Amino acid sequence: MPRIETQDLTIEFPLYHHNARSLKKLLLADAIRRVKRDAESRVVVAALSGLSFTIGKGERVALLGSNGSGKTTLLRTIAGIYEPVAGRLLVEGAIGSLIDSGAGMNPLLTGRENIMLRGLYRGLTKQDRRVMAGEVAEFSGLGEFIDLPIRSYSAGMNVRLSFAMATAINPEILLMDEWLLVGDANFMSKAEDRLTRLVTGVDILVIATHNMDIVRRCCTRAIKLDAGRIVADGPVEKVLGD
Amino acid sequence: MDTVVSPVRPFDASEPHRFARAVSDLRDGFGFWRLAVALAWGDIKQRYRGSILGPFWVTLTTAAMVVALGFFFSSIMKVDPTALFPWLAVSLIFWAMISQAITDGAECFISGEGVIRQIALPFTVHVLRCVLRNLMIAAHNLPLIFVVMFLFGISPGLAGLVFFGGLLIFVVNSFWMAFFFGIVCARFRDVPPILTSLMQLFFFITPIIWMPEQLGDRMAWLSLNPFNALMETMRSPLLGRPIGMEIWLQALGYSAALWALGLTLFTRFRGRIAFWV
Repeated sequence: MPRIETQDLTIEFPLYHHNARSLKKLLLADAIRRVKRDAESRVVVAALSGLSFTIGKGERVALLGSNGSGKTTLLRTIAGIYEPVAGRLLVEGAIGSLIDSGAGMNPLLTGRENIMLRGLYRGLTKQDRRVMAGEVAEFSGLGEFIDLPIRSYSAGMNVRLSFAMATAINPEILLMDEWLLVGDANFMSKAEDRLTRLVTGVDILVIATHNMDIVRRCCTRAIKLDAGRIVADGPVEKVLGD
Repeated sequence: MDTVVSPVRPFDASEPHRFARAVSDLRDGFGFWRLAVALAWGDIKQRYRGSILGPFWVTLTTAAMVVALGFFFSSIMKVDPTALFPWLAVSLIFWAMISQAITDGAECFISGEGVIRQIALPFTVHVLRCVLRNLMIAAHNLPLIFVVMFLFGISPGLAGLVFFGGLLIFVVNSFWMAFFFGIVCARFRDVPPILTSLMQLFFFITPIIWMPEQLGDRMAWLSLNPFNALMETMRSPLLGRPIGMEIWLQALGYSAALWALGLTLFTRFRGRIAFWV
């Protein structure tokens, strides 16, 4: 049963490769909220502090908060990139992430080769990779360019390819960092369809966004973060209404 | 689709089960070997793009070094060329392989920092990518050894197959060296240049451009140099030189220590790598 459960989840980023003396002066300032010393007296940024929540099957959660409040860090932690320094995290379900849709692309490889590479990153079998390559090539509408190195692509073509690749997934939990906005008017409408179908087809959606339209349209629940802590958690209308 | 079991990932910071996680990372990482091969190959294509000879440039420069040093030592220092040339060729090639494995392996997490922060992958994949890439480059140099052996009429017979034992030890070592130095260098950014300097030092104190016999009765000191044992296990079988049991013991002893250190560091700090790169 897909779910995400956290208890006192805490993520701290150590600041090693910086001037230690200037950081210590910083700590004396009054306005400091999240730069602090941890248990071993290292200077850290407390990105997330003591988060506790449970997200169950069928929920579509919007992560709200100003820039730097910890939304992307939380998404990456759920995705398994960062390990909590305190607290508990339980993620059950196959994860699909749209956070970095262009990750791992090699500009010297062709579009098709990049799709196959993305398939390898996802751990797909050769047969599944071929099916994915065919489907993505067709959707992206790049025609003959799919077999040319992506160095030769325009920015718009790159976006089409990375969008088509990133959305060629069928996960139980979907993580998004802002709604993907893409391409020219033609592509945009079929991209909207594809993304909406993906979003409605998953068991759990967690999307970090500033776009209140998307929140009202797609989400059932909103969790608001401020300086790495949860300040509101409830149904969308209630949280947005406050 | 309903019958597929959902993967469960629990994490409790108060009970991190670090060793079990390190072992799963290793196991899952090897499961991604196809990805590691594709990435290693992509790295090589990227590095040598536009160049005509590609990785064979390394072969060419090594050959030039062998010829130049060989003529220098044999004509000016009066060392016997028939013993010297094969020794130089084999030693230079194996040294290039070893020092590349170390200095490149040290960057295996640093160079993967983009992917490490974007996609959740076992760290073993980054190490495998690095090791495979260096093996692919080293493979371009190996034919040179056989050319030299042919030119100087060296034919070690079946005993030459023992070389593969030494090579296997090297491959496993380069895997754990990448883990050990990769983690240390991700945390302490001064270490990569320090490593480069150290390797330059070891180039001179290891028998590469000189032969161990030249040390005379001080040959015993060589047992303190792990690179000597490692090189000997690969070099002596090919050149038909005698190799004592103590060399194998040294090679395996130093290697086991490395593997233990590498695994310990990986177990303890695997979860921190993403915060360090």
